[in-house]
Amino acid sequence: MNLLTKRSETTRLEAAIHASESEYALEAKNLSISYGDFKAVKNLNMGFERKKVTALIGPSGCGKSTALRAFNRMNELIGGVHTEGEVLFHGVNIYDPDVDAVQVRRWIGMVFQKPNPFSKSIYENIAWGARINGYRGDFDELVENSLKQVALWDEVKDKLKDSAYALSGGQQQRLCIARAVALKPEILLMDEPTSALDPISTAKIESLLDELKKRYTIIIVTHNMQQAGRVSDKTGFLLLGDLVEYTETKTLFLNPIDERTENYISGRFG
Amino acid sequence: MFSATRAPYSAILAAGQIKASQMKQEHSALYPEEESGILTFTKRSRPVETLIQAFLFFCASVSIFTTLGIIIVLGVESSAFFREVSLLEFLTGTTWQPTIGMFGILPLLNATLMTSLVAMLVALPLGLGVAIYLAEYASERIRETLKPILEVLAGVPTVVYGYFALTVVTPFLRSILGQDTIEVYNTLSAGLVMGVLILPLISSMCEDALSSVPRSLREAAYAMGATKLETSVKIIVPAAFSGIAAAFILGLSRAVGETMIVALAAGAGPNFTLNPLKAAETMTGHIVRISGGDISYDSMDYRSLFAIALVLFIVTLLLNAMSRRIVKKYREVYE
Repeated sequence: MNLLTKRSETTRLEAAIHASESEYALEAKNLSISYGDFKAVKNLNMGFERKKVTALIGPSGCGKSTALRAFNRMNELIGGVHTEGEVLFHGVNIYDPDVDAVQVRRWIGMVFQKPNPFSKSIYENIAWGARINGYRGDFDELVENSLKQVALWDEVKDKLKDSAYALSGGQQQRLCIARAVALKPEILLMDEPTSALDPISTAKIESLLDELKKRYTIIIVTHNMQQAGRVSDKTGFLLLGDLVEYTETKTLFLNPIDERTENYISGRFG
Repeated sequence: MFSATRAPYSAILAAGQIKASQMKQEHSALYPEEESGILTFTKRSRPVETLIQAFLFFCASVSIFTTLGIIIVLGVESSAFFREVSLLEFLTGTTWQPTIGMFGILPLLNATLMTSLVAMLVALPLGLGVAIYLAEYASERIRETLKPILEVLAGVPTVVYGYFALTVVTPFLRSILGQDTIEVYNTLSAGLVMGVLILPLISSMCEDALSSVPRSLREAAYAMGATKLETSVKIIVPAAFSGIAAAFILGLSRAVGETMIVALAAGAGPNFTLNPLKAAETMTGHIVRISGGDISYDSMDYRSLFAIALVLFIVTLLLNAMSRRIVKKYREVYE
């Protein structure tokens, strides 16, 4: 991967965003992922609507996190993961040989289970991603805007130079979200973003999602069904690598069609 | 506030004691075998345990007493030296000529710093590069081949390195730079080879530091569209800063104390020069040469060696203390 081409090329992905007429920001087509002999995700077909929150739920080991990490090609950073099928980002297959994984991740941001800020100042945590991606604008403004989007600005505006590790866990996680939105991504992938947080921090992040979805398409993996019910527009239920049911969140929780979905959401297993 | 709570508290305590003593009586009546000592929870002596603990303490104390012994000998002998040569003259003098009574340590100290500096200029960039390659880029197979080779490099006796510097590196440098510009003995050649000697130490410590940066930080960087190079250089290396700085300082302290290479290749006579192409004897090199010759005990020559050794000791001690401080101050605690 050449540093110079990374910054200078007007990427296919960016062009695709502007040209796209698809109702989906992201669409998985016949996506299968396996670790060695184990098939973690089987033939997934799923479209993610623009500017909506889509939740993926299911018991541990159902493949929901694996699928999420396939949406920005994070799986290939671990050896031994085999991916088949397509993931269309505004119509462009991100697994196409001439699509650059680095660019994919620039447009499809990710928030992880545990807050993982860089060992830098609060300010630098946000400015860094923009800087390496060739941002030329006003960094102070970018930092302020990004922190305001996650309702963290008032809490940290007087200590932007402090280490990010000085923040509480919930604040760190919001910083990680701010860091992701600073790049103005198209899609935000969230992998159980509140599982390491206390209830108050969790509530803050959940209420953020309503604001964030005005600008971004959000896909959230959660093991917490109540959370999926609270924050998402559509929900997909995965079991043993299969997408069992995928529909409006209300419908899925109130009138599930599949018996397995009903068993899961009523707490009979999982 | 305290006086108000004290009375009821002590009353409860007293009540508890009474109760406990009653319980014990009832208990012994019920279970006579405990009273006879078959079944008790009282403390028992374990002689083997005590013996092993004493032995382990002895092992730990050997190193402490050795260090103390060295400090005492260095102190006693060099205090005899400093009765005749003033500390100021010793530390600021630019000539070391024991035969005419000139004891200025600067030429020796300067040569030591020069060889160490050259060594670090080689070892730090190379070592850090090797570490980044091993920790971030190399496949499992390459890592498993490369690491043992590096360890072999660390196992080569230093006298071999010294000989290598004198018979291979110096002639090579002279053929490039010209016979007249570079002397047969020079600090550059000794420093370069010393850098190779320290390389495994630096690379292995740096690799440990880099590998201990959690995966989640790498993922965070990649998820923001960072390349592998950006992630390694701008996220992982700064996050491992304390470990890398500690590696650098320990490497430096190793270079200051290194003896055989400089004794063989750097020069056999004190020379106050900043030119790395000229011969200059280091502190360690001087100690080797003088103490190896027929030196008479109780002479100033003899005592001066202890004064040099004391300086060496203090320099390495300071460096080690510095590395500990850096590790403590800059260490990031990851959950």
